[in-house]
Amino acid sequence: MATQHTFDVAILGAGPAGMSAACSATALGLSTVVLDEQHSPGGQIYRAIETSPLTDRSILGKDYWHGASLVDNFARSGAIYEPRTTIWGLTPPQADSHWQIGVSRDGAASFVDARHVVLATGAQERPMPIPGWTLPGVLGAGAAQILLKSSGLVPSGRVVVAGSGPLLFLLITQLARAGARIARVLDTTPRGRLRTTLRHWGAFALSPYAAKGLRLALEACAKAKFERHVDAIEAAGSTHLEAVRYRTGGRERSVAADTLLLHQGIVPNINLAAAAGCTVQWDAQQASFRPRVDAFGASSIYGLSIAGDAAGIGGARMAEAQGRLAAFHAAYVLGRLNAAEFKQRTQEAKRELAHWSRGRAFVDAMYCPSGTFTIPDDRTIICRCEEVTAGAVRKAIRMGCQGPNQLKSFLRCGMGLCQGRFCGLTVNALFAHERNIVPEQVGYYRLRFPIKPLTLGELAALPQTLQSVQAVVRLPASYTVPAAS
Amino acid sequence: MFRRACPSRHLIQVTVDAETVNVEAGDTVAAALLALGKDACRTTPVTGSPRGPYCMMGVCFDCLVRIDGKANQQGCMVLVKPGMRIELQHGANALVDVLSAGRVRGTSPGNC
Repeated sequence: MATQHTFDVAILGAGPAGMSAACSATALGLSTVVLDEQHSPGGQIYRAIETSPLTDRSILGKDYWHGASLVDNFARSGAIYEPRTTIWGLTPPQADSHWQIGVSRDGAASFVDARHVVLATGAQERPMPIPGWTLPGVLGAGAAQILLKSSGLVPSGRVVVAGSGPLLFLLITQLARAGARIARVLDTTPRGRLRTTLRHWGAFALSPYAAKGLRLALEACAKAKFERHVDAIEAAGSTHLEAVRYRTGGRERSVAADTLLLHQGIVPNINLAAAAGCTVQWDAQQASFRPRVDAFGASSIYGLSIAGDAAGIGGARMAEAQGRLAAFHAAYVLGRLNAAEFKQRTQEAKRELAHWSRGRAFVDAMYCPSGTFTIPDDRTIICRCEEVTAGAVRKAIRMGCQGPNQLKSFLRCGMGLCQGRFCGLTVNALFAHERNIVPEQVGYYRLRFPIKPLTLGELAALPQTLQSVQAVVRLPASYTVPAAS
Repeated sequence: MFRRACPSRHLIQVTVDAETVNVEAGDTVAAALLALGKDACRTTPVTGSPRGPYCMMGVCFDCLVRIDGKANQQGCMVLVKPGMRIELQHGANALVDVLSAGRVRGTSPGNC
């Protein structure tokens, strides 16, 4: 991997936002590197699009295969693509240096330098903490979709799908088309949402998502037995999932199950942006934290743009437009476009963005999670890594724990390998609920580098600078940094 | 339990806990284990509970396995290779194992 060369633009992530940003950046003559944790381009939405063993294109649907043209354009763009590259650090430019991106590949850490950085790190599934969600046999719905796209694997035996949101309908139809038998769907959308979302119907009906959404919902309902307004779910079993217990309309039911797939929407992947120091704010409409960005994706730190779902959930087509805007912005900042050219180029991408953002407010309001699925009961494990229950967190709060960061010292909650990605929002919700305050008053975990685990060996093998040595030892004035071996 | 919805393309041999098995080339280690019917790949360091892959995209760190002698590898981020030695993990690593293997467990930053 190049360590001496400085790229004009480094793009982190190769989903729709990253790939379209790379195409636009290279078209404007910017030297561009794309660092991607996955094995091939596509991100999670177009995952394994070049290698999927599913030859029947109807299983994943035509919106998935739209990604093929994007990947083709990306492959021809001239951007340097670095797959299997985990990003663990991101340091803003110092006096005479550039952005420094800490990466790890094949067990070796190094740095990539760039003048401008575009974060396109996408989203992850919103945690859906229920009792028993750590049992083998319980997976995220997104995991099932990844297994289907990458390996052509479908859950066999008795499959239960639980949660809410448009992606749940998509997954049900994809699994059914691939031959999975879905025993039951536990729809956790609360009663009365169609009424409370009335004011968003018009915009949604006119949006490009309405027809597809309706078609998917009808197909999903025809393929599986739905239980509506489910307000409590529990995965039961000793060493493996055996049954799913649930409650709807005050009645408790149970269904035998081998696989339970959970999903209640997706949330921005904020760890990198937050650790880099970007301003992160609470988004009430999407019930999640997101970095603050302007209309072109520029974050609160100069030279760092954020495109796609990493800056707020909008979906793949919005991400494409945002990727272009971020690339044009980078080109403008780097002096490759003048103001008039910048304005002209961004106009079309902005129109595209407006088109694909229509209807979003309806989806957010309709499927916003609530009740026990955001504020779980006491016995539910909320921090999967350190196995901390909601009850332990409540007890700590009542004892006077000040916030999510002090909770780490009390319970190790959020200090495991996932670094709070699967408990952060639940911890925030528990504090807000117990204290009767709003989520922005609670705040989020302070996030620091490395944002992915890095061995001490990798860290120690990194090239040293005078500053890095001075940070840990007192040096004689005559000291010089040893040459890298 | 998972089954393959499309014909197998290319099988390769790996070992899982010293047992030789056929897995599909192109699968990640986590996917290969699920396809073999092994949905638990470790027990947790805190309570010893069984745990299996949850997110399949590198976020949750639940699919940790030992690969070619190196502990705490994310099974969902590594592709299977012919001859690969995959071992399920039981509880926390013993320090003596770590020292004798000459490597240290991947560290989380311990933010607070």
